[in-house]
Amino acid sequence: MSAIIQIAMGKTFKATPPLTAAKVSEYRAGDVVMLTGTIYTARDAAHKLIVKMIEDGGELPFELEGAVIYYVGPTPARPGRVIGSAGPTTSYRMDPYTPLLTESGVRMTVGKGSRGDEVRKVLKEHMAVYCAAIGGAAALISQQITAAEVIAFDELGAEAVRRLTVEEFPVVVVNDVEGNDLFEQGMSEYRRL
Amino acid sequence: MVRELHIDEVTNAVAKLAEEAAFELPDDFLSALKRMQEQETSELGKHVIGQLLKNAELARTDRVPMCQDTGMAILFIDIGQDVHLTGGDLRTAIDEGVRRAYKEHYLRKSIYENPYKRDKNTGDNTPAIIHYDIVPGNKVKVLFAAKGGGSENMSTVKMMRPADGIEGVKKFVIDWVTQAGGNPCPPIVVGVCIGGNFELSALMAKKAVMRPVDDRHPDSEIAALEDELLELVNKTGVGPGGFGGTQTAAAVKVDVRPCHIATFPVAIAIQCNASRHKEIVL
Repeated sequence: MSAIIQIAMGKTFKATPPLTAAKVSEYRAGDVVMLTGTIYTARDAAHKLIVKMIEDGGELPFELEGAVIYYVGPTPARPGRVIGSAGPTTSYRMDPYTPLLTESGVRMTVGKGSRGDEVRKVLKEHMAVYCAAIGGAAALISQQITAAEVIAFDELGAEAVRRLTVEEFPVVVVNDVEGNDLFEQGMSEYRRL
Repeated sequence: MVRELHIDEVTNAVAKLAEEAAFELPDDFLSALKRMQEQETSELGKHVIGQLLKNAELARTDRVPMCQDTGMAILFIDIGQDVHLTGGDLRTAIDEGVRRAYKEHYLRKSIYENPYKRDKNTGDNTPAIIHYDIVPGNKVKVLFAAKGGGSENMSTVKMMRPADGIEGVKKFVIDWVTQAGGNPCPPIVVGVCIGGNFELSALMAKKAVMRPVDDRHPDSEIAALEDELLELVNKTGVGPGGFGGTQTAAAVKVDVRPCHIATFPVAIAIQCNASRHKEIVL
């Protein structure tokens, strides 16, 4: 997967979470970040529960400060495997929850597709970034995951929160702290209507 | 002549098709991806398609689902009117096939029992969504599609005004694909049904994306419309993964149906790059 380094429109960074505001503010839309280390999975149902925990002042399943959240609901691991297929799910569904999570310290979210205006504004204000993985490349991405453990909401199945250990998981920066948007830039470059 | 078909054959067929769909991207879509990889002018777009091709190969050889969203099970069942199904009821038999495949092959169970409470997964990816048609003959055709939520969310029906005309349809398709952007995992296949009524248009748009990617519509006027819509969709600039590019869709498939004098329904069904549908005739 490291082939993406050669085609990157911007720079390539290596990063190990937790990430600092200073670190992610170096990233610009179009840069590639190779993630190695611990990231957390959460999608719709887990977001709803985590946001409620924050509002209620409850104990959270993981430390949000500096965290990277990957929007994914993997397939069950076959015997002898760490995880099943694990590609990104569509990010806009998490938009209602992202502002509070960003204000609570989450520095990077990873999914597919565009974010809404409010999320982009919050990312800029709170020094966080949104990145995309390749939607549909789920079998390939699973090869970058070396460990997976359910740490909360086991009853949610695919929607449970997992702690993943990843090795050189490539993600492309879409929304940076300056308010740039790679999808808007890319589409306008190729639009012929 | 009336032919008897045991219901177990339907269960076995559904289980087999569901398994194949999860791991084996159909050849027609693979060929389309290779063609698009050559034609794409964006380097990042080319790379995305290359990754999708590698992903398809890995899924096939390593038996890892090509996408983590192994979909809701959608079935189109064409039952010959001279077939007598024996040994049980058809709905149960189809769900049993889905249940077996999703359990045995470690596919994701993605169905909530209640859509607004969202507190209980059915645990076996049932119920399937089944569309039956009664057709001449004594065979049963089973078409299985694993439909992911991401592209399903980017599908729609619009009750347009008759005054909007075909130019209105083109604008609707362009605007819709543009705002969907990277959400439905492009390169996509776009199914469009013009006409029919509210529910038929959605069904036929969905069925249109099941056509072979490289087929030609038998009606030359509709075939020309498909070509024009594909060109327009590929000028949106969305590109592979939504990162920008010239290859947004592999094909646009159009179905045209008679409609009421007061109506002009148009449905758009989006198929993601994990174009998973398989069929068999029993």
